[in-house]
Amino acid sequence: MQKYSIFNLVKNAFSNHENWDLAWKDPTPKEEYDVVIIGGGGHGLATAYYLAKEHKITNVAIIEKGWIGGGNVGRNTTIIRSNYMHDENGLFSEFGMDLWRKMSQDLNYNVMFSPRGIINLAHSDAQMNAYARRGNSMRLNGIDAILLNREQVKEIIPMADFSENVRFPIFGGLMQPSAGTARHDAVAWGYARQADSMGVDIIQNCEVTGFDVSAGKIKGIRTSRGNIKAKKVGICVAGSTNILAEKLNMTLPIETHLLQACVSEPVKPVLDNVVTFGAGHFYVSQSDKGEMVMGGDLDGYNSYAQRGNLPTLQHVLTEGIAMMPFLSKLKMLRTWGGIMDMSMDGSPIIDKTHIEGLYLNCGWCYGGFKATPASGWTFAHTIAQDRVHELNAGYSLNRFSTGHLIDEKGLGTKTWIS
Amino acid sequence: MLYINCPHCGMRSQNEFSYGGDASVKRPEINKEVSDQEWDNFVYNRKSLRGKHLELWQHISGCRQWIKVERDTGTHEIFRTFKADEEVA
Repeated sequence: MQKYSIFNLVKNAFSNHENWDLAWKDPTPKEEYDVVIIGGGGHGLATAYYLAKEHKITNVAIIEKGWIGGGNVGRNTTIIRSNYMHDENGLFSEFGMDLWRKMSQDLNYNVMFSPRGIINLAHSDAQMNAYARRGNSMRLNGIDAILLNREQVKEIIPMADFSENVRFPIFGGLMQPSAGTARHDAVAWGYARQADSMGVDIIQNCEVTGFDVSAGKIKGIRTSRGNIKAKKVGICVAGSTNILAEKLNMTLPIETHLLQACVSEPVKPVLDNVVTFGAGHFYVSQSDKGEMVMGGDLDGYNSYAQRGNLPTLQHVLTEGIAMMPFLSKLKMLRTWGGIMDMSMDGSPIIDKTHIEGLYLNCGWCYGGFKATPASGWTFAHTIAQDRVHELNAGYSLNRFSTGHLIDEKGLGTKTWIS
Repeated sequence: MLYINCPHCGMRSQNEFSYGGDASVKRPEINKEVSDQEWDNFVYNRKSLRGKHLELWQHISGCRQWIKVERDTGTHEIFRTFKADEEVA
């Protein structure tokens, strides 16, 4: 594989950049693979990459219905963080933060990781107490956290509304300085290019239509481009998980919901960090191009539409304007939607299933992007070793039956009804 | 914007409604031995497929009644609406 470097950039400049290798191939599916990963999103691509890199399993195919980077890995708001209170989520995400920091070098692809810090705003004394508790829990797990008072927040984001008579005054905030953003497309492309170079077949425009299971063991999959035999199959399809589960007669603790995001017109640098509103659900950061990248609540009803409705967008942006009034002066450039695999406790599932050789990676809710490397790493381990790693042991499928829920937000079983 | 035909009030915008999830889920009967699996299916497990979906909505800023709505989760098209106690054929 051609290495991306300043030397190669200069060399290719002499031939008008017309002779670069393709970043990945377009292979015809083979008859049989050791491992088939269904879903060529960030998590699927990362899984294939770590299967090859960490476990030396390279006879692997990624089966993608659409195209690489066309799903949620290209639709999110690019936020990366590990500011969780519960051990399972905190340790898993912090392991991922380490992979993020090394990712550009590791993949030889600039993913533009920018550890600019995230601030969760607090709007009451009670919320400050809750944040102090969460911050302490984070620090016990080795994650950086700083509790900011009102004056400290004002120094960092003076453009927020600090007037006295607002409905939700800013009391302070919890900051994770090492959190940040990355260029999401580059994450997909970087993993795809490296996986491809190690022998993984990336098969696009190929829909999975069924599974071959006999005597409780997976034998292969059926696709729109023919049957493919496989010793092991990993499902990694986010919002489409329930559709594949039905083909296996499985009913999962997951509902598919719609989440919108939007960007404004580009403006000069104004916001250095990721900031979230604490009295609702709104988050904002500024991209390198200058656009304000914003998102918030789910539309609220089951949906596979990948496009949303204006009432939710209006509700979310009302919160944004309450937090940073200058946002009301900006024109909206684009809005879009993606479909989320909402698990019933708000935490993901990375586990084996009752079918031997079939593995499940789902339930990421609206927090899948930041988990991309850790999810791929642990899912690859689970598939290669046929047992869960201690990092994803808590993300079991049967925790809903046994009562070992990981309920980060304390919202109960229907996390999207709040 | 979705428009939902409330069987009590007529056609109203989605802003007046809140969502209540899959209407086909039945609570296990009281006074009966209920297995863990049955409770799981009631509390957590959902089919949530693409296509026609029978679901509960509450007309929260209107008559405050719960209603059933038959809607397509792929296109958001609403086909029929029912009163909460109406049997859906």
